Amino acid sequence: MRGRANAGLLVGGTLVGLVVLAALVSFFWTPHDPTFVDAARKLREPGGGYPLGADKFGRDTFSQLMVGARTTLYVGVVAVGIAALVGTPLGVVAGMTPRGWLSELIMRVNDLVFAFPALLLAVMLGAVYGPGTLTAMIAIGVATVPAFARVARAATLQVMVTDYILAARAAGRRRPGIAVRHVLPNIGSVLIVQASVSFAIAILAEAALSFLGFGTRPPVPSWGRMLQESQELLFSTPRLALWPGLAIALAVLGFNLLGDGLRDFLDPKLRRIRAER
Amino acid sequence: MTLYLVRRLAVLIASAAVAAVAVFAFMALLPGDPAEIALGVNATPEAVAELRRQFGTDRPPVAQFLDWSGGLLQGDFGTSYVTSAPIGPQISDRLGVTAVLVLGGMVVALVLAVPLGTFAAVHHRDPLGAVVSAASQVGIAIPAFLAGILLVFVFAVRAQALPSGGYVPFADDPGEWLRGLLLPWLSLGLVQGAVLTRYVRSAVLDVMREDYLRTARAKGRGRTGALWRHGLRNASVPVVTVLGLQLATLLIGAVVVERVFVIPGLGDLLLNGVAGRDLLLVQGVVMVLVAAVLLINFVVDVAYRVLDPRLR
Repeated sequence: MRGRANAGLLVGGTLVGLVVLAALVSFFWTPHDPTFVDAARKLREPGGGYPLGADKFGRDTFSQLMVGARTTLYVGVVAVGIAALVGTPLGVVAGMTPRGWLSELIMRVNDLVFAFPALLLAVMLGAVYGPGTLTAMIAIGVATVPAFARVARAATLQVMVTDYILAARAAGRRRPGIAVRHVLPNIGSVLIVQASVSFAIAILAEAALSFLGFGTRPPVPSWGRMLQESQELLFSTPRLALWPGLAIALAVLGFNLLGDGLRDFLDPKLRRIRAER
Repeated sequence: MTLYLVRRLAVLIASAAVAAVAVFAFMALLPGDPAEIALGVNATPEAVAELRRQFGTDRPPVAQFLDWSGGLLQGDFGTSYVTSAPIGPQISDRLGVTAVLVLGGMVVALVLAVPLGTFAAVHHRDPLGAVVSAASQVGIAIPAFLAGILLVFVFAVRAQALPSGGYVPFADDPGEWLRGLLLPWLSLGLVQGAVLTRYVRSAVLDVMREDYLRTARAKGRGRTGALWRHGLRNASVPVVTVLGLQLATLLIGAVVVERVFVIPGLGDLLLNGVAGRDLLLVQGVVMVLVAAVLLINFVVDVAYRVLDPRLR
């Protein structure tokens, strides 16, 4: 299968590409100012320069969706970045010294952090420092560290029994050298897959937090808060819930499919290690 | 097995203790003095000092922690600085509602996932199996609160068959209680069911490739019979693990779904506590939720051993 594109990769890549494109274009151009409040356009029907209509404050839905994509990607990149930068070294160390006390300690702390889901962390952080994009990103990132550490450890364990590690050891290479030169490049594909799956989870978490009022603050557009604002109008103007809901679902679907597709595409050998959700 | 159980139990207790320290330390960072907040800006320093003594916040943090955690062991969560109401009873009232919500969601997920996942595995070469797989992939992408909003739109706005929110206690009216919980259960269960379907599918697929299943079929059992008799118990090992992880996910998902459907559960209590800056209440609810997750993980680890004797 190596090197052959598959349906998941294509569909996932396309969906993710669309979200990225919308976010990038929104830096230069949106049909209207997404935060501009205009009573005259209140709950305006779609059409005439407003492809998806306007919300209860008269803000253009399409422009809000575009800038919302930016918020989503921003939170995802930072959260997954935190998780990967912290979780990967921990997992590699634990995997290279599977019987050591350090490995035991890392995995125990890991299990403990695992008991604090992103939402709880964000609510606690929000209570102390005030809710916002930053606290949401940090909470999601910290809560995702255990997934990265576990996957990195599992992959490292597999790599450590291979002949090239034996050869490197025989050649007298020290542990940090082996980790950087041999382990990391060989577990890279697993980490990329994990990053894609974690990204999907980060999007879900950010949407849920914004929905609860613990994520991105107004007026910065966010898909989760668009949904929350639409809920009271569900009986009269359901389309306001439809579009952000669709955006969240398609973005998550995209990253999940991309992750699955990449796993098949990059390295069939490590397929047994599943990305953690 | 006994040794394992004792060791695992020790880990559980140690984790809960460390979690209690973490939660307490974290909330102790909260800026502002509960006594000053309760009395407002015009309070005299003497009154503030007096209230601090009443709250016990004038003592060193370690003493406060020992007091709080000692109370926890006896089910005493302290008294709210904001509402002066004891916190324990509030939590236990809400815990029941959330537990019903989570367990109902789990039942929906299981009822959905076991047949569908097995079906998708048995038919993994047909288009039908592919349709189930694709549908589960879409289901995973829909967060529970979005599923809730969609369900409200279909069943409450359009069909006007079920209430869009609210909660009627079982003792008041069992019929309305059930009607009110159907959509929340579905919102939680459909999404987790989609996730679970994928795990059931891959677990059953793995089992179908095993020699013992071929042996069973060679002895004359049909495909369904062999799977039923020998396959599902073995397939259940990985599924139980995921189920446990999902219980934790459902517990947190319930926090959000309670907001969608205006259900007075733990999540509602937690968010109200944060909004009202009720520090001790937030601390108590977070501790209960974290303890629940730790307990679930413990049960899963033990169940894993019971189900798969090879691990003993």
